[in-house]
Amino acid sequence: MAETQTAGAEVRSADPEQFKLRLRRYDPESGEAPYWDEHTIELEPHRSVLEAILQARDRFDGSIGIRCSCRQAICGSCGVRVNGEPALACHTHLDAALEGARDGVIEIEPMGNMPVLKDLIVDMDAVHWKKIQRVTPWLIAKQPVPEREYIVPRESMIDVTQTMACIQCGACVSDCLAMEVDPGFIGPAALAKSYRFVGDPRDDQHEERLLDLSEDPEGIFDCTHCFKCVEACPKDVNPMGQIMRLRRIATNDFHIVDKNNGERHEAAFTGLIKDNGLLWEAELLPRSYGGNSWFGKFAPPAGKELLSSLPAILKGLIRGKVSPMKALKPHRIPKNDLKQVQSIYDKVESREKRYELNLYIVGEDEQVLESPSATSDPVAVGVTAEPGGKEPDADPGAEPTDTPAEQRSTTEGEGK
Amino acid sequence: MKVAYWPGCVSRGFTPELHGSMAKVAPLLDIELVELDRACCSGAGVIAEHSQELADTLNARTFALAQQVQGAELMMNICSTCQGAQSECQERLDANSEYRAHVNETLANEGLSYEAGLTNKNFLWLLVEEIGLDELRSRVRRPLSNLKVGPFYGCYIVRPRNRLGIDSEHPRDHYLHQVIEALGGTVIDYAGMRKCCGFPIITMNKEASLKQAGRHLGDAVDAEADCLVTPCPLCHLNLDLQQPLAEKVVGRDLDMPVLHLPQLVGLALGLEPKDLGMSRHVVKPTSVIDWSSTVVGAAAPAGGGW
Repeated sequence: MAETQTAGAEVRSADPEQFKLRLRRYDPESGEAPYWDEHTIELEPHRSVLEAILQARDRFDGSIGIRCSCRQAICGSCGVRVNGEPALACHTHLDAALEGARDGVIEIEPMGNMPVLKDLIVDMDAVHWKKIQRVTPWLIAKQPVPEREYIVPRESMIDVTQTMACIQCGACVSDCLAMEVDPGFIGPAALAKSYRFVGDPRDDQHEERLLDLSEDPEGIFDCTHCFKCVEACPKDVNPMGQIMRLRRIATNDFHIVDKNNGERHEAAFTGLIKDNGLLWEAELLPRSYGGNSWFGKFAPPAGKELLSSLPAILKGLIRGKVSPMKALKPHRIPKNDLKQVQSIYDKVESREKRYELNLYIVGEDEQVLESPSATSDPVAVGVTAEPGGKEPDADPGAEPTDTPAEQRSTTEGEGK
Repeated sequence: MKVAYWPGCVSRGFTPELHGSMAKVAPLLDIELVELDRACCSGAGVIAEHSQELADTLNARTFALAQQVQGAELMMNICSTCQGAQSECQERLDANSEYRAHVNETLANEGLSYEAGLTNKNFLWLLVEEIGLDELRSRVRRPLSNLKVGPFYGCYIVRPRNRLGIDSEHPRDHYLHQVIEALGGTVIDYAGMRKCCGFPIITMNKEASLKQAGRHLGDAVDAEADCLVTPCPLCHLNLDLQQPLAEKVVGRDLDMPVLHLPQLVGLALGLEPKDLGMSRHVVKPTSVIDWSSTVVGAAAPAGGGW
């Protein structure tokens, strides 16, 4: 349990204490509605919520349903909600859980966004695994396959270990806010898995994968950017961050213009800030639908959208929230400053290689270790790497490296 | 206190009542606002999605401008989305000196440079951490007695916790609760208070976006809130401007007024709803809530104190 939460760790008592649990119970086959059940258990504060549930099951009620196996945050079986937040039951200390309890009782529910099979056990097959299968979760090797091994840059391999660290616990799926309103959304776990192959230089289908995920109305552009999955993940996979990178590679490297307005919205937003320094809301909407130019709003999709938004726009006008002047004219920063902003755009956008800082690869300044082996020699990695089957065995923040930034060629792959 | 003030774009565009009410509230709290009118949009995460370096450089420029404001104690914003987007850029800039030098090289053309370690706080954080709840309480002229307020935090100001500095000492994800109470109001908890308003996908999946807004508003109605308060103008657009459309998507009447944070503070400090631009909302708080006597008391004469 070396990497579990450490809140209050310094002054932990070694003696068992009493903790109250409130468990969500439900048996769909019984025909009864779900209900809450309370038990008081006795354990040392550093023990896990999972141990508490198991004690309640052993001592008071053998019918409590919970799925678990390794009890050390590696098998991903015991995903639940603790006090309303997604967590691994075995990865949450009782004292930390008590701190987050509303009324002194640790509340444990099944994960969200997935049907409950019994009590704390949800149907992972019906949602999570179906979505993982949706993204072709295996490597499609570049041909011809080399006789020996593929030679790939070290940074690329460290980079994909972040998504390979996923233990398929479903915590991010449980609390995905886009999925809550749109169950068809491919979702954070599967899209992170998809980056694992799009970010892998040995995979041959980057463009096909991205085209598929961009054009799907419930693909990469359906993410609401709410950071829920980032917070939920017990393994720092940063699913939302991976989704943003999928978008960046799809729009910038492969120039995919999707039917969901994803690329147009990004281009319109970025373009409007370059032109004005500030956002011109009245132009953003029509351009996102009709294309990134002043004429965009006259394109049929933009007209249709404007028509459906008319009630909101009219009300805004009547209330003086939206003035006709504001709708017709952008607000701008002073001329000299706009020039500065535009020169930043010109400089950054004209680079041959995109310059990105990936903190997962380089870590923070004080974490970077001085090491004689800090060269970017390519490492050989076998082509049969098991998706999701490998755990990074070192703290990625401590990986020796001499390049501060991940550099990805903007010309990688052929633009369409 | 003097602050380098970043109002953002939307507070000067489609939610002018936010910028206006902040200007009225600041002197009542002895905040001197030095507006960063030369700075550009934070990118709201969208520019970073397009190019990380571009977003980082544009925001480093804003930070550098803020650091040039003589006598300013920190930078303050009134937009959660700016807070989130700028914090993300600042995290990278502060973490790696080589990267910072690279970004500063671009800024050097304009004679600007960002030094690591800027303090950038949303008005909400500044209220609790700099002004203090006791001080705020002492300045209330019209306690919001009997006003049931649902906090709407949104996403960018509460997640991810590490980056935003949220911990047991700085429970920033509870500050709206604390401020509402300090102003004399009653906090209404409801399911959607820390969920996404749906704005980021309004152009990509309008139905899902409006369903999000409609659900949270509906949750607040069911919890019997009189109004919501939010520190984010983009949330305000989806929750207020789009509320009539959200009503259609979720198939129920909502009629839920949504206040900007400075408006709620201003009311309690004795300002009039009209002066705070509250008649400019799509769901007019002035028509839904009786501000005259039943819900909130009349403002005490200046200097009275409560």
